[in-house]
Amino acid sequence: MRAPDRTTPFLSETRTGGSLVRRLDARAKILGMIGFTMVVVTTPARAVWAFVLYAAVLAFLIGLARLPLRYVLKRALVVVPFVLVVAIFLPFFHKSGAGGYSLGGARVTGEGLLVLWNAGAKAVLGVLSMIVLGSTTTFAEMVSGFERLRAPNVFILIVSFMYRYSFVFVEEALRMQRAMASRNYRARWLWNVPTLGHMLSALFLRSYGRGERVYVAMLSRGYEGTVRLGNGTAFGLAETVFLGTILGLVIAIRVSASLWGAG
Amino acid sequence: MPGSYPTLQPVPHSPPPPAVEARDLHFAYPDGTAVLRGVDFTIQQGESVAIIGPNGAGKSTLLLHLNGILRGTGDLRILGLPVETKNLREIRSRVGVVFQDPEDQLFLTSVAQDVAFGPANMGLEKDEVETRVKDALAAVGMGGFEDRAAHHLSFGQKKRVATATVLAMHPEVLVLDEPSSNLDPKARHQLVDIVRGLPVTKIVVTHDLPVAYELCERALILAQGRIVADGPIEAILLDTGLLAANDLELPHGFALPYSLERGAGSCSGMMTQRMT
Repeated sequence: MRAPDRTTPFLSETRTGGSLVRRLDARAKILGMIGFTMVVVTTPARAVWAFVLYAAVLAFLIGLARLPLRYVLKRALVVVPFVLVVAIFLPFFHKSGAGGYSLGGARVTGEGLLVLWNAGAKAVLGVLSMIVLGSTTTFAEMVSGFERLRAPNVFILIVSFMYRYSFVFVEEALRMQRAMASRNYRARWLWNVPTLGHMLSALFLRSYGRGERVYVAMLSRGYEGTVRLGNGTAFGLAETVFLGTILGLVIAIRVSASLWGAG
Repeated sequence: MPGSYPTLQPVPHSPPPPAVEARDLHFAYPDGTAVLRGVDFTIQQGESVAIIGPNGAGKSTLLLHLNGILRGTGDLRILGLPVETKNLREIRSRVGVVFQDPEDQLFLTSVAQDVAFGPANMGLEKDEVETRVKDALAAVGMGGFEDRAAHHLSFGQKKRVATATVLAMHPEVLVLDEPSSNLDPKARHQLVDIVRGLPVTKIVVTHDLPVAYELCERALILAQGRIVADGPIEAILLDTGLLAANDLELPHGFALPYSLERGAGSCSGMMTQRMT
């Protein structure tokens, strides 16, 4: 009896079956994947082999979580604009330096390429680790995981409200758009701007009113400043092994990268 | 008599305090618009009362007074408690309000979290909260939906879950704001059946007269910030002149199905109090 999610494809949750990673307590995954990303970011760029090993750890996790490769790669595309921006500004890094190549008047140095590699590799690994976290953990689990990791209540509330009401908001925007289209409104560039402005202000006012009504409904149920989202799964042996293995592996790689220098 | 030992006073058998007792309640919004202009009524515990009135009569404003969200001047007692800051916590756990738009009431990431919100605010133990969540969802026929996100439910389902979020607090007074709005006939029947079966005081704020009739035994008409009529719901709904004077009407062709059954005799004997 699930209402089709056709209006809000942009935030649909992916749950991948009953894989082991999927069932783990959210805290283990949050700490594991954020820890992973932090260690990766601190790794010196010249230790190329360390990045290869990190990628291997991630590949193992993706396999363990049974995430479809196509899906992972598609989602990983979000890093492209970011890396492109770095690439565009490459010629302006480190004016002097050996290596590299010339593109017409602009000269890309070896230093510059290293910066691109550094940003690119770290961005890709970071995004992939967040994909592993995001596709094996539902939003509710994630929020309750952060809550039990003692994240500030206000932060938790803002995030969960944003998520919850983004659906309502998008639906309202769509309804407004349909109502305009039904009256033969066609978007033309110059007309579009004032109408868009009105639409946005209407949406803002609606959200503002909605916010007040939600708050009243919360007060009516005895809200006094904190929301306890209740319990989740326990942090057991599987979680300890998962977290220990990931952090152990990446820290070992990171330490080796420092001890033996760039490969 | 000095020196004599105190005698035990017989405890007078006092009737339970009324669920709602409003005396000369006034309320104006900060911009000066007067919405309630001297509202007087009493609702006893166990009653089911419809507060009907046209748009803009002040129904929603009155509703928000019933648990102290808005506070006007005049005397208002809920279950015998004056509506004062120190009583708000107790009043809000004993009066449950189901708002018109379930989107406003379901704001967390799963159905179970939303239903647990009220009981958790009451400071109940974890086990007790879980039991209440389960029971409340079962009571509205939404058992098994605990882990669903609200945005995946149909409107009727959202409405039922919103009702469960209030039932989980075990309120003594249940206030429903336009319970039938936007519901299809099936969803409306489901909701009516659920609400009818609840052994609590019910206050239904609506302009949907058939639903008011299905849920309530008594009706108050609120118009221009005052209670202008108070009586058994049949008497009110049969008084077409009264309804028309207050911009209300039964749907065309609607007949009160039980009016004969409930007794023409009692119907003719019913007194509608008209106030002006």
